[in-house]
Amino acid sequence: MNQRIATLVINGLLIGLAVLSLMPLLWMLSVSLMQPGEASAFPPPLLPAHATFENYHELFARAGMGRYLANSFAIASATTLLSLFFNVMAGYAFAKLQFAGKEKVFALLLAALVIPGQVAMMPLFLMLKEMGLVNTYGGAIVPGMAGIFGIFLVRQYARTLPDELLEAARIDGASEFRIFWQIVLPALKPILVTLAIFSFLGSWNDFMWPLIVLGDSDLHTLPVALASLSREHVQDNELMMAGSVVTVLPVLLLFLSLQRYYLQGLLMGSVKG
Amino acid sequence: MSTGTRLAGWAFAGPALIVIALFFAVPVLAALALSLTDFDIYALSDLDNLRFVGIDNYVNLLHEPLFWKALGNTFYFVIVGVPLSIAVSLGAALLLQSKLGRFKPFFRTAFFAPVVTTVVAVAVIWRYLFHTKYGLVNWGLGGIGIDPIDWLGDPQWAMPTIILFAVWKNFGYNMIIFIAGLQAIPEDLYEAARIDGASFWGQFRHVTLPLLGPVLLLVGILTMAGYFQLFAEPYVMTQGGPLESTVSVLYLMYEQGFKWWNLGAASAVAFVLFVLMAGITSGLLWFARRRGAE
Repeated sequence: MNQRIATLVINGLLIGLAVLSLMPLLWMLSVSLMQPGEASAFPPPLLPAHATFENYHELFARAGMGRYLANSFAIASATTLLSLFFNVMAGYAFAKLQFAGKEKVFALLLAALVIPGQVAMMPLFLMLKEMGLVNTYGGAIVPGMAGIFGIFLVRQYARTLPDELLEAARIDGASEFRIFWQIVLPALKPILVTLAIFSFLGSWNDFMWPLIVLGDSDLHTLPVALASLSREHVQDNELMMAGSVVTVLPVLLLFLSLQRYYLQGLLMGSVKG
Repeated sequence: MSTGTRLAGWAFAGPALIVIALFFAVPVLAALALSLTDFDIYALSDLDNLRFVGIDNYVNLLHEPLFWKALGNTFYFVIVGVPLSIAVSLGAALLLQSKLGRFKPFFRTAFFAPVVTTVVAVAVIWRYLFHTKYGLVNWGLGGIGIDPIDWLGDPQWAMPTIILFAVWKNFGYNMIIFIAGLQAIPEDLYEAARIDGASFWGQFRHVTLPLLGPVLLLVGILTMAGYFQLFAEPYVMTQGGPLESTVSVLYLMYEQGFKWWNLGAASAVAFVLFVLMAGITSGLLWFARRRGAE
Protein backbone atom coordinates (compact mmCIF):
# COMPACT_ATOMS: atom_id res chain seq x y z
CA MET A 1 0.00 0.00 0.00
CA ASN A 2 2.78 2.39 1.04
CA GLN A 3 4.67 1.43 -2.10
CA ARG A 4 1.64 2.30 -4.23
CA ILE A 5 1.32 5.74 -2.70
CA ALA A 6 5.03 6.38 -3.21
CA THR A 7 4.78 5.30 -6.86
CA LEU A 8 1.82 7.63 -7.32
CA VAL A 9 3.59 10.58 -5.70
CA ILE A 10 6.83 10.13 -7.64
CA ASN A 11 5.14 9.74 -10.99
CA GLY A 12 2.82 12.59 -10.18
CA LEU A 13 5.78 14.85 -9.43
CA LEU A 14 7.53 13.73 -12.63
CA ILE A 15 4.46 14.59 -14.68
CA GLY A 16 4.03 17.92 -12.90
CA LEU A 17 7.62 18.93 -13.53
CA ALA A 18 7.40 17.85 -17.16
CA VAL A 19 4.29 20.00 -17.61
CA LEU A 20 6.10 22.99 -16.12
CA SER A 21 9.13 22.36 -18.34
CA LEU A 22 7.25 21.91 -21.61
CA MET A 23 4.20 24.12 -21.11
CA PRO A 24 5.89 27.40 -22.07
CA LEU A 25 7.33 25.82 -25.21
CA LEU A 26 4.04 24.21 -26.24
CA TRP A 27 2.15 27.40 -25.57
CA MET A 28 4.65 29.29 -27.71
CA LEU A 29 3.92 26.89 -30.58
CA SER A 30 0.17 27.18 -30.08
CA VAL A 31 0.08 30.98 -29.90
CA SER A 32 2.36 31.26 -32.94
CA LEU A 33 -0.44 29.63 -34.98
CA MET A 34 -3.16 32.04 -33.81
CA GLN A 35 -4.67 34.92 -35.76
CA PRO A 36 -3.09 38.31 -34.96
CA GLY A 37 -4.69 39.64 -31.78
CA GLU A 38 -6.31 36.35 -30.84
CA ALA A 39 -4.00 35.75 -27.89
CA SER A 40 -4.69 39.14 -26.35
CA ALA A 41 -7.86 38.00 -24.70
CA PHE A 42 -8.98 36.91 -21.29
CA PRO A 43 -8.99 34.09 -20.42
CA PRO A 44 -5.96 33.33 -22.63
CA PRO A 45 -6.88 30.80 -25.32
CA LEU A 46 -4.91 27.55 -25.12
CA LEU A 47 -5.34 26.48 -28.73
CA PRO A 48 -5.87 28.53 -31.90
CA ALA A 49 -9.47 28.68 -33.07
CA HIS A 50 -8.28 28.43 -36.69
CA ALA A 51 -4.62 27.54 -37.03
CA THR A 52 -2.81 29.83 -39.45
CA PHE A 53 0.74 30.35 -40.73
CA GLU A 54 0.01 34.05 -41.16
CA ASN A 55 2.56 35.08 -38.49
CA TYR A 56 5.34 33.05 -40.06
CA HIS A 57 4.49 34.51 -43.44
CA GLU A 58 4.59 38.00 -41.99
CA LEU A 59 7.95 37.34 -40.31
CA PHE A 60 9.64 36.05 -43.44
CA ALA A 61 7.94 38.36 -45.95
CA ARG A 62 8.18 41.61 -44.02
CA ALA A 63 10.35 41.37 -40.93
CA GLY A 64 13.35 39.86 -42.76
CA MET A 65 13.38 36.66 -40.72
CA GLY A 66 14.93 34.67 -43.57
CA ARG A 67 17.92 36.96 -43.52
CA TYR A 68 18.41 36.56 -39.74
CA LEU A 69 18.00 32.81 -39.99
CA ALA A 70 20.69 32.71 -42.68
CA ASN A 71 22.99 34.93 -40.59
CA SER A 72 22.58 32.67 -37.57
CA PHE A 73 23.26 29.56 -39.65
CA ALA A 74 26.32 31.08 -41.31
CA ILE A 75 27.86 32.35 -38.08
CA ALA A 76 27.10 29.21 -36.04
CA SER A 77 28.38 26.89 -38.80
CA ALA A 78 31.60 28.82 -39.34
CA THR A 79 32.21 29.02 -35.60
CA THR A 80 31.66 25.27 -35.30
CA LEU A 81 34.10 24.40 -38.11
CA LEU A 82 36.82 26.70 -36.78
CA SER A 83 36.29 25.52 -33.23
CA LEU A 84 36.69 21.90 -34.37
CA PHE A 85 39.87 22.75 -36.24
CA PHE A 86 41.60 24.59 -33.40
CA ASN A 87 40.38 22.72 -30.35
CA VAL A 88 40.74 19.17 -31.64
CA MET A 89 44.36 19.67 -32.64
CA ALA A 90 45.23 21.38 -29.37
CA GLY A 91 43.28 18.90 -27.24
CA TYR A 92 45.11 16.02 -28.88
CA ALA A 93 48.49 17.72 -28.38
CA PHE A 94 47.81 18.28 -24.67
CA ALA A 95 46.69 14.67 -24.26
CA LYS A 96 49.21 12.71 -26.25
CA LEU A 97 52.20 14.74 -27.44
CA GLN A 98 55.20 15.82 -25.40
CA PHE A 99 56.47 19.36 -25.71
CA ALA A 100 58.37 21.80 -23.58
CA GLY A 101 56.20 23.77 -21.17
CA LYS A 102 53.11 21.65 -21.84
CA GLU A 103 52.05 21.20 -18.21
CA LYS A 104 52.60 24.86 -17.38
CA VAL A 105 50.63 26.10 -20.37
CA PHE A 106 47.79 23.75 -19.55
CA ALA A 107 47.69 24.84 -15.91
CA LEU A 108 47.59 28.45 -17.10
CA LEU A 109 44.66 27.68 -19.41
CA LEU A 110 42.71 26.04 -16.59
CA ALA A 111 43.37 28.99 -14.30
CA ALA A 112 42.12 31.36 -17.02
CA LEU A 113 38.76 29.57 -16.97
CA VAL A 114 37.70 31.72 -14.00
CA ILE A 115 37.94 34.92 -16.04
CA PRO A 116 34.50 35.84 -17.35
CA GLY A 117 34.59 36.45 -21.09
CA GLN A 118 32.94 39.86 -20.72
CA VAL A 119 36.15 41.31 -19.27
CA ALA A 120 37.73 40.98 -22.72
CA MET A 121 34.81 42.53 -24.60
CA MET A 122 35.73 46.22 -24.52
CA PRO A 123 39.33 45.85 -25.78
CA LEU A 124 38.26 43.10 -28.18
CA PHE A 125 35.73 45.46 -29.70
CA LEU A 126 38.40 48.15 -30.19
CA MET A 127 40.82 45.58 -31.64
CA LEU A 128 38.29 44.26 -34.11
CA LYS A 129 37.37 47.82 -35.03
CA GLU A 130 41.03 48.45 -35.94
CA MET A 131 41.04 45.24 -37.97
CA GLY A 132 37.84 46.26 -39.76
CA LEU A 133 35.94 43.29 -38.36
CA VAL A 134 33.21 45.16 -36.49
CA ASN A 135 29.94 44.73 -38.36
CA THR A 136 31.09 41.60 -40.16
CA TYR A 137 30.42 37.89 -39.71
CA GLY A 138 34.10 37.56 -38.82
CA GLY A 139 33.69 39.78 -35.78
CA ALA A 140 30.88 37.60 -34.47
CA ILE A 141 32.86 34.40 -35.06
CA VAL A 142 36.18 35.40 -33.47
CA PRO A 143 35.49 34.79 -29.74
CA GLY A 144 34.05 31.30 -30.33
CA MET A 145 36.90 30.03 -32.54
CA ALA A 146 39.17 28.44 -29.96
CA GLY A 147 38.19 27.90 -26.38
CA ILE A 148 39.69 26.50 -23.23
CA PHE A 149 36.60 24.42 -22.55
CA GLY A 150 36.79 22.83 -26.00
CA ILE A 151 40.47 21.98 -25.63
CA PHE A 152 39.78 20.49 -22.21
CA LEU A 153 36.90 18.39 -23.56
CA VAL A 154 38.98 16.93 -26.41
CA ARG A 155 41.94 16.32 -24.12
CA GLN A 156 39.84 14.33 -21.65
CA TYR A 157 38.66 12.06 -24.43
CA ALA A 158 41.96 11.79 -26.31
CA ARG A 159 43.74 10.62 -23.17
CA THR A 160 41.88 7.31 -23.45
CA LEU A 161 43.51 6.50 -26.82
CA PRO A 162 46.10 3.71 -26.39
CA ASP A 163 49.70 4.93 -26.76
CA GLU A 164 50.71 1.68 -28.47
CA LEU A 165 48.54 2.58 -31.42
CA LEU A 166 50.41 5.85 -31.97
CA GLU A 167 53.83 4.32 -31.26
CA ALA A 168 53.25 1.53 -33.76
CA ALA A 169 52.46 4.07 -36.44
CA ARG A 170 55.58 6.09 -35.55
CA ILE A 171 57.75 2.98 -35.82
CA ASP A 172 56.22 2.36 -39.25
CA GLY A 173 57.52 5.81 -40.15
CA ALA A 174 54.20 7.64 -40.39
CA SER A 175 54.46 11.43 -40.01
CA GLU A 176 52.78 13.11 -37.04
CA PHE A 177 50.29 14.76 -39.34
CA ARG A 178 49.41 11.47 -40.97
CA ILE A 179 48.95 9.82 -37.58
CA PHE A 180 46.60 12.61 -36.57
CA TRP A 181 44.62 12.45 -39.77
CA GLN A 182 44.38 8.69 -40.24
CA ILE A 183 44.40 7.28 -36.72
CA VAL A 184 43.55 9.96 -34.17
CA LEU A 185 40.72 11.80 -35.93
CA PRO A 186 38.64 8.68 -36.67
CA ALA A 187 39.10 7.53 -33.07
CA LEU A 188 37.97 10.93 -31.77
CA LYS A 189 34.73 10.94 -33.77
CA PRO A 190 32.31 10.85 -30.80
CA ILE A 191 33.97 13.82 -29.13
CA LEU A 192 34.03 15.70 -32.44
CA VAL A 193 30.26 15.39 -32.59
CA THR A 194 29.97 16.53 -28.98
CA LEU A 195 32.22 19.54 -29.51
CA ALA A 196 30.38 20.45 -32.70
CA ILE A 197 27.02 20.52 -30.91
CA PHE A 198 28.41 22.60 -28.06
CA SER A 199 29.97 25.11 -30.45
CA PHE A 200 26.90 25.35 -32.64
CA LEU A 201 24.48 25.78 -29.74
CA GLY A 202 26.81 28.20 -27.99
CA SER A 203 27.12 30.38 -31.05
CA TRP A 204 23.45 30.16 -32.03
CA ASN A 205 22.22 31.06 -28.53
CA ASP A 206 24.83 33.74 -27.84
CA PHE A 207 23.37 37.19 -27.36
CA MET A 208 25.66 39.75 -25.78
CA TRP A 209 28.59 39.62 -28.18
CA PRO A 210 26.59 39.61 -31.44
CA LEU A 211 24.52 42.45 -29.97
CA ILE A 212 27.72 44.46 -29.47
CA VAL A 213 29.62 43.64 -32.63
CA LEU A 214 26.81 43.45 -35.20
CA GLY A 215 25.37 46.96 -35.22
CA ASP A 216 24.16 46.68 -38.81
CA SER A 217 20.67 45.14 -38.75
CA ASP A 218 21.32 43.24 -42.00
CA LEU A 219 23.85 41.15 -40.12
CA HIS A 220 21.78 40.48 -36.99
CA THR A 221 21.50 36.93 -35.71
CA LEU A 222 18.14 35.54 -34.61
CA PRO A 223 18.48 36.38 -30.88
CA VAL A 224 19.57 39.96 -31.60
CA ALA A 225 16.83 40.43 -34.18
CA LEU A 226 14.25 38.89 -31.87
CA ALA A 227 15.25 41.17 -29.00
CA SER A 228 14.87 44.28 -31.15
CA LEU A 229 11.62 43.01 -32.70
CA SER A 230 10.24 42.42 -29.22
CA ARG A 231 10.92 46.02 -28.31
CA GLU A 232 9.08 47.25 -31.42
CA HIS A 233 6.20 44.79 -31.37
CA VAL A 234 5.35 44.65 -27.69
CA GLN A 235 1.69 43.95 -28.40
CA ASP A 236 2.07 41.45 -31.26
CA ASN A 237 2.25 38.32 -29.13
CA GLU A 238 1.44 35.92 -31.97
CA LEU A 239 4.18 37.34 -34.17
CA MET A 240 6.73 37.25 -31.35
CA MET A 241 5.86 33.64 -30.52
CA ALA A 242 6.39 32.69 -34.17
CA GLY A 243 9.77 34.42 -34.01
CA SER A 244 10.65 32.43 -30.91
CA VAL A 245 9.65 29.18 -32.63
CA VAL A 246 11.93 29.97 -35.58
CA THR A 247 14.80 30.72 -33.17
CA VAL A 248 14.37 27.77 -30.82
CA LEU A 249 13.27 24.99 -33.17
CA PRO A 250 16.59 24.40 -34.99
CA VAL A 251 18.60 23.99 -31.78
CA LEU A 252 15.90 21.92 -30.12
CA LEU A 253 15.87 19.52 -33.10
CA LEU A 254 19.66 19.38 -33.13
CA PHE A 255 19.67 18.51 -29.46
CA LEU A 256 16.95 15.88 -29.79
CA SER A 257 18.73 14.12 -32.64
CA LEU A 258 22.15 14.11 -30.94
CA GLN A 259 21.11 14.07 -27.30
CA ARG A 260 23.46 11.22 -26.30
CA TYR A 261 26.57 13.08 -27.45
CA TYR A 262 25.49 16.33 -25.84
CA LEU A 263 24.83 14.85 -22.40
CA GLN A 264 28.08 12.85 -22.53
CA GLY A 265 30.03 16.02 -23.25
CA LEU A 266 28.24 17.90 -20.48
CA LEU A 267 29.38 15.26 -17.99
CA MET A 268 32.95 15.10 -19.30
CA GLY A 269 33.26 18.86 -19.22
CA SER A 270 32.23 19.14 -15.62
CA VAL A 271 34.23 16.23 -14.20
CA LYS A 272 37.38 17.60 -12.62
CA GLY A 273 36.51 21.13 -13.76
CA MET B 1 60.49 10.69 -27.76
CA SER B 2 62.10 12.41 -30.73
CA THR B 3 62.41 16.09 -31.48
CA GLY B 4 59.88 15.36 -34.23
CA THR B 5 57.07 14.76 -31.79
CA ARG B 6 58.22 17.68 -29.69
CA LEU B 7 57.85 20.04 -32.60
CA ALA B 8 54.60 18.35 -33.49
CA GLY B 9 53.26 19.17 -30.02
CA TRP B 10 53.74 22.89 -30.52
CA ALA B 11 52.55 22.69 -34.11
CA PHE B 12 49.27 21.10 -33.02
CA ALA B 13 48.67 23.20 -29.91
CA GLY B 14 50.05 26.40 -31.42
CA PRO B 15 47.17 27.63 -33.58
CA ALA B 16 44.62 27.40 -30.75
CA LEU B 17 47.03 28.99 -28.28
CA ILE B 18 47.71 31.88 -30.65
CA VAL B 19 43.98 32.49 -31.11
CA ILE B 20 43.38 32.37 -27.35
CA ALA B 21 46.32 34.67 -26.66
CA LEU B 22 45.33 37.16 -29.34
CA PHE B 23 41.59 37.29 -28.77
CA PHE B 24 41.37 36.53 -25.07
CA ALA B 25 44.59 36.96 -23.08
CA VAL B 26 45.64 40.23 -24.72
CA PRO B 27 42.16 41.79 -24.43
CA VAL B 28 41.93 40.80 -20.74
CA LEU B 29 45.24 42.51 -20.00
CA ALA B 30 44.24 45.44 -22.18
CA ALA B 31 41.00 45.71 -20.21
CA LEU B 32 43.00 46.24 -17.05
CA ALA B 33 44.90 49.06 -18.76
CA LEU B 34 41.71 50.45 -20.29
CA SER B 35 40.05 50.56 -16.87
CA LEU B 36 42.76 53.02 -15.78
CA THR B 37 41.93 55.48 -18.58
CA ASP B 38 39.02 57.79 -19.32
CA PHE B 39 38.38 56.09 -22.69
CA ASP B 40 35.09 57.55 -23.94
CA ILE B 41 33.35 58.50 -27.16
CA TYR B 42 35.91 61.26 -27.84
CA ALA B 43 38.79 58.84 -27.49
CA LEU B 44 36.92 56.48 -29.79
CA SER B 45 37.13 59.04 -32.58
CA ASP B 46 40.60 60.35 -31.72
CA LEU B 47 43.06 58.57 -29.43
CA ASP B 48 44.66 61.95 -28.50
CA ASN B 49 41.71 62.51 -26.18
CA LEU B 50 42.72 59.51 -24.07
CA ARG B 51 44.04 60.23 -20.58
CA PHE B 52 45.43 58.05 -17.83
CA VAL B 53 43.28 58.52 -14.75
CA GLY B 54 44.64 55.90 -12.34
CA ILE B 55 41.95 54.32 -10.20
CA ASP B 56 39.44 57.14 -10.81
CA ASN B 57 37.03 54.83 -12.64
CA TYR B 58 36.93 52.51 -9.65
CA VAL B 59 36.49 55.38 -7.20
CA ASN B 60 33.70 56.87 -9.29
CA LEU B 61 32.03 53.50 -9.41
CA LEU B 62 31.96 53.31 -5.61
CA HIS B 63 30.24 56.70 -5.55
CA GLU B 64 27.70 55.76 -8.17
CA PRO B 65 24.34 54.73 -6.66
CA LEU B 66 23.38 52.75 -9.78
CA PHE B 67 26.48 50.57 -9.36
CA TRP B 68 25.44 49.61 -5.82
CA LYS B 69 21.92 49.03 -7.03
CA ALA B 70 23.21 46.76 -9.82
CA LEU B 71 25.49 44.93 -7.40
CA GLY B 72 22.61 44.43 -4.97
CA ASN B 73 20.32 43.18 -7.73
CA THR B 74 22.97 40.77 -8.99
CA PHE B 75 23.59 39.41 -5.49
CA TYR B 76 19.85 39.02 -4.99
CA PHE B 77 19.68 37.02 -8.20
CA VAL B 78 22.68 34.86 -7.24
CA ILE B 79 21.86 34.30 -3.57
CA VAL B 80 18.24 33.32 -4.18
CA GLY B 81 18.61 31.87 -7.67
CA VAL B 82 21.59 29.53 -7.18
CA PRO B 83 20.29 27.57 -4.15
CA LEU B 84 16.80 27.41 -5.67
CA SER B 85 18.16 26.11 -8.99
CA ILE B 86 20.32 23.53 -7.26
CA ALA B 87 17.44 22.36 -5.08
CA VAL B 88 15.17 21.87 -8.09
CA SER B 89 17.98 20.13 -10.02
CA LEU B 90 18.64 17.76 -7.13
CA GLY B 91 14.93 17.09 -6.67
CA ALA B 92 14.52 16.27 -10.35
CA ALA B 93 17.61 14.04 -10.29
CA LEU B 94 16.27 12.13 -7.27
CA LEU B 95 12.91 11.68 -8.99
CA LEU B 96 14.63 10.34 -12.12
CA GLN B 97 16.80 7.99 -10.02
CA SER B 98 13.83 6.56 -8.15
CA LYS B 99 13.05 2.96 -9.05
CA LEU B 100 9.36 3.76 -8.92
CA GLY B 101 9.37 6.30 -11.76
CA ARG B 102 8.18 5.39 -15.27
CA PHE B 103 9.13 6.68 -18.74
CA LYS B 104 12.39 8.14 -17.40
CA PRO B 105 14.10 8.84 -20.75
CA PHE B 106 11.11 10.93 -21.78
CA PHE B 107 11.08 12.88 -18.53
CA ARG B 108 14.81 13.44 -18.64
CA THR B 109 14.57 14.91 -22.13
CA ALA B 110 11.57 17.03 -21.16
CA PHE B 111 13.38 18.49 -18.14
CA PHE B 112 16.46 19.18 -20.20
CA ALA B 113 14.74 20.80 -23.19
CA PRO B 114 14.69 24.35 -21.73
CA VAL B 115 18.49 24.23 -21.29
CA VAL B 116 19.22 24.12 -25.01
CA THR B 117 16.73 26.82 -25.93
CA THR B 118 17.80 30.38 -26.75
CA VAL B 119 17.57 32.71 -23.72
CA VAL B 120 16.22 35.62 -25.75
CA ALA B 121 13.48 33.53 -27.37
CA VAL B 122 12.26 31.93 -24.16
CA ALA B 123 12.49 35.22 -22.28
CA VAL B 124 10.07 36.60 -24.86
CA ILE B 125 7.72 33.69 -24.04
CA TRP B 126 7.98 34.36 -20.33
CA ARG B 127 7.29 38.01 -20.74
CA TYR B 128 4.01 36.96 -22.29
CA LEU B 129 3.28 34.14 -19.81
CA PHE B 130 3.61 36.67 -16.99
CA HIS B 131 1.65 39.39 -18.78
CA THR B 132 -0.54 41.17 -16.23
CA LYS B 133 -3.71 41.02 -18.30
CA TYR B 134 -3.40 38.16 -20.79
CA GLY B 135 -0.78 35.93 -19.19
CA LEU B 136 -1.42 32.29 -18.38
CA VAL B 137 0.11 32.70 -14.91
CA ASN B 138 -2.26 35.37 -13.65
CA TRP B 139 -5.16 33.49 -15.21
CA GLY B 140 -4.14 30.37 -13.26
CA LEU B 141 -3.72 32.36 -10.05
CA GLY B 142 -7.10 33.98 -10.66
CA GLY B 143 -8.56 30.47 -10.63
CA ILE B 144 -7.49 30.06 -7.01
CA GLY B 145 -8.62 33.53 -6.03
CA ILE B 146 -5.38 35.51 -6.24
CA ASP B 147 -5.57 39.00 -7.73
CA PRO B 148 -3.52 39.70 -10.87
CA ILE B 149 0.12 40.53 -10.12
CA ASP B 150 2.06 42.98 -12.26
CA TRP B 151 4.98 40.56 -12.44
CA LEU B 152 7.39 42.51 -14.62
CA GLY B 153 6.07 45.99 -13.88
CA ASP B 154 6.33 45.92 -10.11
CA PRO B 155 9.83 46.52 -8.68
CA GLN B 156 9.13 43.96 -5.98
CA TRP B 157 8.15 41.19 -8.39
CA ALA B 158 10.41 41.77 -11.39
CA MET B 159 13.51 40.09 -9.97
CA PRO B 160 11.61 37.10 -8.50
CA THR B 161 10.06 36.58 -11.95
CA ILE B 162 13.51 36.59 -13.55
CA ILE B 163 14.75 34.14 -10.90
CA LEU B 164 11.85 31.78 -11.64
CA PHE B 165 12.72 32.06 -15.31
CA ALA B 166 16.38 31.20 -14.65
CA VAL B 167 15.43 28.19 -12.52
CA TRP B 168 13.10 26.90 -15.23
CA LYS B 169 15.67 27.44 -17.96
CA ASN B 170 18.70 25.98 -16.17
CA PHE B 171 17.73 23.28 -13.70
CA GLY B 172 18.09 20.49 -16.28
CA TYR B 173 21.80 21.12 -16.68
CA ASN B 174 22.77 20.43 -13.08
CA MET B 175 20.21 17.64 -12.95
CA ILE B 176 22.32 15.65 -15.43
CA ILE B 177 25.43 16.15 -13.30
CA PHE B 178 23.54 15.12 -10.17
CA ILE B 179 22.20 11.97 -11.84
CA ALA B 180 25.77 10.91 -12.61
CA GLY B 181 26.77 11.71 -9.02
CA LEU B 182 23.86 9.71 -7.61
CA GLN B 183 24.68 6.74 -9.80
CA ALA B 184 28.19 6.68 -8.33
CA ILE B 185 26.84 6.14 -4.78
CA PRO B 186 27.06 2.41 -3.97
CA GLU B 187 23.67 0.76 -3.46
CA ASP B 188 24.97 -1.13 -0.35
CA LEU B 189 25.13 2.12 1.61
CA TYR B 190 21.38 2.64 1.15
CA GLU B 191 20.85 -1.03 1.96
CA ALA B 192 22.78 -0.63 5.24
CA ALA B 193 20.89 2.57 6.10
CA ARG B 194 17.58 0.82 5.51
CA ILE B 195 18.59 -2.09 7.76
CA ASP B 196 19.39 0.51 10.45
CA GLY B 197 15.85 1.74 9.99
CA ALA B 198 16.64 5.04 8.24
CA SER B 199 13.63 6.71 6.61
CA PHE B 200 13.77 8.16 3.09
CA TRP B 201 14.70 11.53 4.59
CA GLY B 202 17.32 9.91 6.84
CA GLN B 203 18.90 8.15 3.89
CA PHE B 204 18.99 11.41 2.00
CA ARG B 205 20.64 13.31 4.84
CA HIS B 206 23.14 10.70 5.96
CA VAL B 207 24.02 8.92 2.71
CA THR B 208 23.10 10.99 -0.34
CA LEU B 209 24.07 14.48 0.76
CA PRO B 210 27.51 13.69 2.28
CA LEU B 211 28.53 11.53 -0.67
CA LEU B 212 27.30 14.15 -3.11
CA GLY B 213 29.44 16.81 -1.40
CA PRO B 214 32.12 17.29 -4.07
CA VAL B 215 29.49 17.30 -6.85
CA LEU B 216 27.47 19.90 -4.94
CA LEU B 217 30.54 22.09 -4.61
CA LEU B 218 31.31 21.84 -8.32
CA VAL B 219 27.71 22.52 -9.32
CA GLY B 220 27.53 25.41 -6.86
CA ILE B 221 30.61 27.10 -8.28
CA LEU B 222 29.62 26.60 -11.93
CA THR B 223 26.07 27.82 -11.35
CA MET B 224 27.22 30.83 -9.38
CA ALA B 225 29.69 31.83 -12.08
CA GLY B 226 26.91 31.60 -14.65
CA TYR B 227 24.38 33.53 -12.58
CA PHE B 228 26.77 36.40 -11.91
CA GLN B 229 26.70 36.95 -15.68
CA LEU B 230 23.02 37.88 -15.73
CA PHE B 231 22.32 40.02 -18.79
CA ALA B 232 19.98 38.80 -21.55
CA GLU B 233 17.04 38.16 -19.21
CA PRO B 234 16.68 41.75 -17.94
CA TYR B 235 17.60 43.10 -21.39
CA VAL B 236 14.62 41.34 -22.97
CA MET B 237 12.12 41.08 -20.14
CA THR B 238 12.42 44.38 -18.27
CA GLN B 239 15.17 46.52 -19.85
CA GLY B 240 16.57 46.93 -16.36
CA GLY B 241 13.36 48.32 -14.97
CA PRO B 242 11.05 48.91 -13.26
CA LEU B 243 12.85 51.55 -11.17
CA GLU B 244 16.19 49.88 -12.01
CA SER B 245 15.18 46.86 -9.96
CA THR B 246 16.63 44.42 -12.52
CA VAL B 247 19.76 46.28 -13.62
CA SER B 248 22.55 43.70 -13.25
CA VAL B 249 26.29 44.37 -13.14
CA LEU B 250 26.71 43.22 -16.74
CA TYR B 251 23.71 45.25 -17.81
CA LEU B 252 25.44 48.27 -16.33
CA MET B 253 28.67 47.32 -18.11
CA TYR B 254 26.84 47.00 -21.43
CA GLU B 255 25.13 50.37 -21.06
CA GLN B 256 28.33 52.11 -19.95
CA GLY B 257 30.43 50.51 -22.65
CA PHE B 258 28.25 50.14 -25.69
CA LYS B 259 25.42 52.59 -25.17
CA TRP B 260 27.37 55.55 -23.76
CA TRP B 261 30.77 54.40 -25.10
CA ASN B 262 32.52 54.87 -21.75
CA LEU B 263 34.80 51.91 -22.44
CA GLY B 264 37.19 52.79 -19.59
CA ALA B 265 34.45 52.85 -16.98
CA ALA B 266 32.87 49.71 -18.45
CA SER B 267 36.19 47.87 -18.13
CA ALA B 268 36.34 48.85 -14.48
CA VAL B 269 32.85 47.38 -13.98
CA ALA B 270 33.95 44.15 -15.65
CA PHE B 271 37.01 43.89 -13.44
CA VAL B 272 35.05 44.45 -10.26
CA LEU B 273 32.72 41.63 -11.31
CA PHE B 274 35.69 39.37 -12.06
CA VAL B 275 37.34 40.05 -8.70
CA LEU B 276 34.06 39.42 -6.88
CA MET B 277 33.52 36.12 -8.68
CA ALA B 278 37.09 34.97 -8.12
CA GLY B 279 36.91 35.97 -4.44
CA ILE B 280 33.66 34.13 -3.78
CA THR B 281 34.84 31.04 -5.66
CA SER B 282 38.05 30.81 -3.63
CA GLY B 283 36.03 31.43 -0.47
CA LEU B 284 33.78 28.50 -1.30
CA LEU B 285 36.76 26.26 -2.08
CA TRP B 286 38.46 27.26 1.17
CA PHE B 287 35.29 26.57 3.11
CA ALA B 288 34.88 23.15 1.46
CA ARG B 289 38.49 22.20 2.10
CA ARG B 290 38.21 23.13 5.77
CA ARG B 291 35.02 21.14 6.18
CA GLY B 292 36.60 18.22 4.35
CA ALA B 293 39.66 18.31 6.60
CA GLU B 294 37.69 18.20 9.81
